[in-house]
Amino acid sequence: MTNRVLFNILQALVVLCFSPLVVGILNRLKEIVQSKRGPSVFQPYRDLLKLFSKDEVVPEESTWIFRVTPYISFVAPIFVALLIPVLTDYPLFWAFMADMVGAGFVLALAGFFATLAAVDTGNPYGPMGASRTRMVGFLAEPIFLLVFFTVSFVADSTIPFIVQQKWVHPISNFFAPSHILLLIAFLMLILAEKGRLPVDNPSGHFELAMIDESKDLEYSGPSAALMKWGGWMKFMVLMIVFLNVLLTPWGLASTLDWSAVLLAIPLVLLKVLGFVIFLVLIESSLAKLRLFRISEFMSAAFVIAVVAMLTSAFSW
Amino acid sequence: MEHMPPMLAHLNELAAGLFVVVALGIVATRQVRACLKFFVLQSFFLASSALLLGLAASSAHLMAVAAINVGAKVVLLPWLLRRLLKDEVYTRREITQVVSVPISLIIALGLIVAAYFFTLPWLDAVSATGACRINVPVGLTGLFLGAYTLANRREALPQLLGLLAMENGAFFAGVAIAPDLPLIAELALAFDILVVAFVVGVLTRAVHEHTGTTVVGALDELREGGGE
Repeated sequence: MTNRVLFNILQALVVLCFSPLVVGILNRLKEIVQSKRGPSVFQPYRDLLKLFSKDEVVPEESTWIFRVTPYISFVAPIFVALLIPVLTDYPLFWAFMADMVGAGFVLALAGFFATLAAVDTGNPYGPMGASRTRMVGFLAEPIFLLVFFTVSFVADSTIPFIVQQKWVHPISNFFAPSHILLLIAFLMLILAEKGRLPVDNPSGHFELAMIDESKDLEYSGPSAALMKWGGWMKFMVLMIVFLNVLLTPWGLASTLDWSAVLLAIPLVLLKVLGFVIFLVLIESSLAKLRLFRISEFMSAAFVIAVVAMLTSAFSW
Repeated sequence: MEHMPPMLAHLNELAAGLFVVVALGIVATRQVRACLKFFVLQSFFLASSALLLGLAASSAHLMAVAAINVGAKVVLLPWLLRRLLKDEVYTRREITQVVSVPISLIIALGLIVAAYFFTLPWLDAVSATGACRINVPVGLTGLFLGAYTLANRREALPQLLGLLAMENGAFFAGVAIAPDLPLIAELALAFDILVVAFVVGVLTRAVHEHTGTTVVGALDELREGGGE
């Protein structure tokens, strides 16, 4: 029992500590592909240190929402990290606290507060970015739900720890169309949800074209650090859901001892590295879509998710 | 074919699922070249389904069907079209549609659901099992989506691809329903496809030389005074 609690906390710590590194590696690799040297992979840690040691400025007109939001967007991904299989393939202490839909709600809560905070400041760019984020968000919502419904329909469960076992026992399940098509739809969803290319350019600094980045424009000092860190953790949590629950449920600890769980950390990071390389390939070979073509991208993902549901529901 | 090993059955389902997805690609993509690539992929998934069913039933006949499909549609057809319509296929220009892309996709979704809705009672009535339950609805889906492409596109080459996608859909259902169709029929069909592609290619080239465009949807108006 103690171990289950400790491992669960360890999962959250892994996400907390390694998410800046993952983003640093992603940025470095992108620069290398563009024949530049790029910043060190530890640059995100330095950014966080710098921001935490700075003073904070808060807009006069803003309310408590603006001040609370950084804490919510920081805590929400940690909370989700307790619910998903980051390191182990058996349910941990808090696994049954909420299912996948519950985890989605928690992440959506953070997004909701980020939107409110962007509107709260009175800066014209914040609300603009926030409304775009909402546009992408409400197009993403039905896909999220369809993916979750199909997964729980196939696996007879909505707890991610149990779902992941379904795809590899027996191994032929891995090639079921519901699985592969869900992977495609969920990948498109991650790209949209975290504002990566082709939906949004994460390295763009032009306020008029920003989608995901513009929400935390007004934050400074420790609040900005919390917002950034929360965003990176959300990115890593989504990647881990994709990798550990859907794509490759291998390399996780299956026994209750420390050595297995500690060994799982480098294996999971290796998988994340592989995914980051894949992401760099996508981001380096695609251009950003025009704003009104995002709906085409999302409707393609939606239709793929529906096909996944149909082929799994009617193939007996 | 009732007792397919689970691995082959799942791979066949996967080929079916991807078959539908690339059919959606033919419906929704904006570039002629991407459209052609999606069609080649669709033919490839059709061939893999035939191959998997052939492996499951250990029938050399279905494997021959797969080989004919790969030869005719994956290798010969793109080569033929590229030779006939070099600039047409290779330009990266965007093509117009009657209905916008998101609405097209939603309509396509309706067609997919309709294909399942129409075939499932029939499959239950003949108590079909195994590959039939996958291939028949997906084949009908391919047929519907090809027909929709044909109606929605105004460009010569995507219209041809829509027609051929319909044929792919019919084949996809056919390999499961009638695996013992005489080989000569398959060969004739594959040859027919090449002839159709050749005729449409030559026609498109003629239209292109005459009017400077291949938007055949714009040719429905009669104009006075001949060419410019």
